[in-house]
Amino acid sequence: MSSLIECEEVWKIYQAGDMEVQALRGLSLTIEQGEFVAIMGSSGSGKSTLMNILGCLDQPTKGRYRLNGIEVSNLKPDQLAGIRNQQIGFVFQSFNLITRTSALENAQLPLFYRGLSLREQRAQAAAALGRVGLQGREHHYPTQLSGGQQQRVAIARALVTSPSLLLADEPTGNLDTQSSQEIMRVLETLNRDEGITIILVTHEVDVAAYAAREIVIKDGQILTDRTTKARPVSCPVEA
Amino acid sequence: MSAFVWLTILTALRILARNRMRAGLTMLGIVIGVAAVIAMVSIGEGAKRAVQAQIATMGTNVIIIFPGVTSASGVRGSQGSAVTLTVSDALDLKKRIPLLVDTGWAKRDVMQIVYGNRNWNGPINGISPSYLTIRDWSFTSGGPFTQTDLESAARVALIGQTIVGNLFEPGEEPVGSVIRIKNVPFRVIGVLAPKGQSAQGSDQDDVVFIPFSTAERKVFGTSFIGSVGAMFGSTDQVEDLPMAAEQIREVLRARHRLQAEQDDDFTIRTQVDIGKVQEGTSETLTMMLFAIASVSLLVGGIGIMNILLVSVTERTREIGVRMAVGAKRRHIVMQFLIEAMTLSLVGGVLGIVLGVAGAKLTTLIAGWPTIISGNVILLAFFFSLVVGLFFGLYPANKAARLNPIEALRYE
Repeated sequence: MSSLIECEEVWKIYQAGDMEVQALRGLSLTIEQGEFVAIMGSSGSGKSTLMNILGCLDQPTKGRYRLNGIEVSNLKPDQLAGIRNQQIGFVFQSFNLITRTSALENAQLPLFYRGLSLREQRAQAAAALGRVGLQGREHHYPTQLSGGQQQRVAIARALVTSPSLLLADEPTGNLDTQSSQEIMRVLETLNRDEGITIILVTHEVDVAAYAAREIVIKDGQILTDRTTKARPVSCPVEA
Repeated sequence: MSAFVWLTILTALRILARNRMRAGLTMLGIVIGVAAVIAMVSIGEGAKRAVQAQIATMGTNVIIIFPGVTSASGVRGSQGSAVTLTVSDALDLKKRIPLLVDTGWAKRDVMQIVYGNRNWNGPINGISPSYLTIRDWSFTSGGPFTQTDLESAARVALIGQTIVGNLFEPGEEPVGSVIRIKNVPFRVIGVLAPKGQSAQGSDQDDVVFIPFSTAERKVFGTSFIGSVGAMFGSTDQVEDLPMAAEQIREVLRARHRLQAEQDDDFTIRTQVDIGKVQEGTSETLTMMLFAIASVSLLVGGIGIMNILLVSVTERTREIGVRMAVGAKRRHIVMQFLIEAMTLSLVGGVLGIVLGVAGAKLTTLIAGWPTIISGNVILLAFFFSLVVGLFFGLYPANKAARLNPIEALRYE
């Protein structure tokens, strides 16, 4: 069986006025099913570009990217949307919940675009909220929830489609220490108990420490890629 | 797909409900446009029907023939001033043109009518036996002339409602009483049912009918015996009118020995001709009102487009999220189109209610007849749908073309 993610010589070149920006420069990367990977790097290193490409929000200028055996580097926008819907769950730094709809409706959103019946959508979304510990809050609106709770709604939204890949872009960036730990424990549990592949972008070392593999990006290339030993779950993380 | 559509409609309604003020103001253009279309067309249709009813009071499938004009050293008299039409013309027309069911004739003059101590100046019409049938006159009391009345030039009269009102006390029965026309006593034998205004606006009920023979011999003092003021004909079918008119023209030209280069010494008007002029006027009016209403629908549509463009900008991030979790372009297009159509349809329904109410109110207050047709309501509904679709298309496409990465980063 092939790896979940296979990037070969991926280049991303932007044209900014007369300047040519090489955000990714021939980056190659393989990630297996069930891994928990942290991607680190300073701003401008190309880690956001890499995230966008891995998340099928963007496509490489050159090179190949296979997700779950599917070559996605030359798919059309609507086909990419289909891949995102089927394979990928996103968790963003700023939660990106739709504020005028309830937690349940937010978690339903990806299923909405799958054309499932309303009843199925509700049942699966409620189950996903249960998995992140939000049972009983289905009908709360984002403004009635704390930051940590909002991020858990976002994780439920990412989980609801049973994706092969969960992409978390600075998931703790807008949270206090305690909520950050909560969220990281949720992600860790999902990876350990349910075998969900997680790619985490962060610049905080203590957050990256939850992952089992750490990749550092610099100038559009991989600087280091090392496997850190699995740590005790209860390891205290102090800022 | 249907679950998607329903949820999208629900979402759209929720968004509108949250921004009630904004939605209301946006819809206002459509509401006014649709209400205007409905009210205007209803009033226009009502006016048209009223004109048709007026024209119908002329009779059924009527042709009127007027004599030509006199000409004395180049000075021409008014229409009908010449004495070119005669009773024998009318009789001959009936004999020679099978299309004509009947022909009649009349001659009129305004004279003083006296009853008791009251008097009135009204048009006295000497009429042929067939005149009353051709013009569809009916009676509220009494009845028409008898054959004997006509042959013996009896001094009997039929009077219209305006004459009754001016000469008789309210509640007094005119039938059987004696009125004097130019000092000649006449017995009233019938009161005519009201017809109201003619298509030209004259009072058709201000009228006295006496037998043609009586008028000629005892009242008018005509110098040319047998000459008439106007001739009337009628056909079975309305479609026969133009053909009959053409045949009348040929027969009359032959009878009057007119050379090819000579103009007609008479004028022929059919009920259809008169109707066309009137309908033309009201149609022009309806078209104009419709144009005004269309402009306001257009403005309403632009209002919807404007607010949707604002909405797309405001909700850029939301669009980004939707795209990230798998919304395809058509999903985003559908969402905004449905929002636009919800706006325009709700506006359209409000407009229909307002327009119908406006039309009814016009009838109630101004007394204008209005006709609300289901077709106009359907058309207005359809129009508002199309406006929503058309003006929603651009903002919806703009939303669907957003780049998900930039949309997600939008502040």
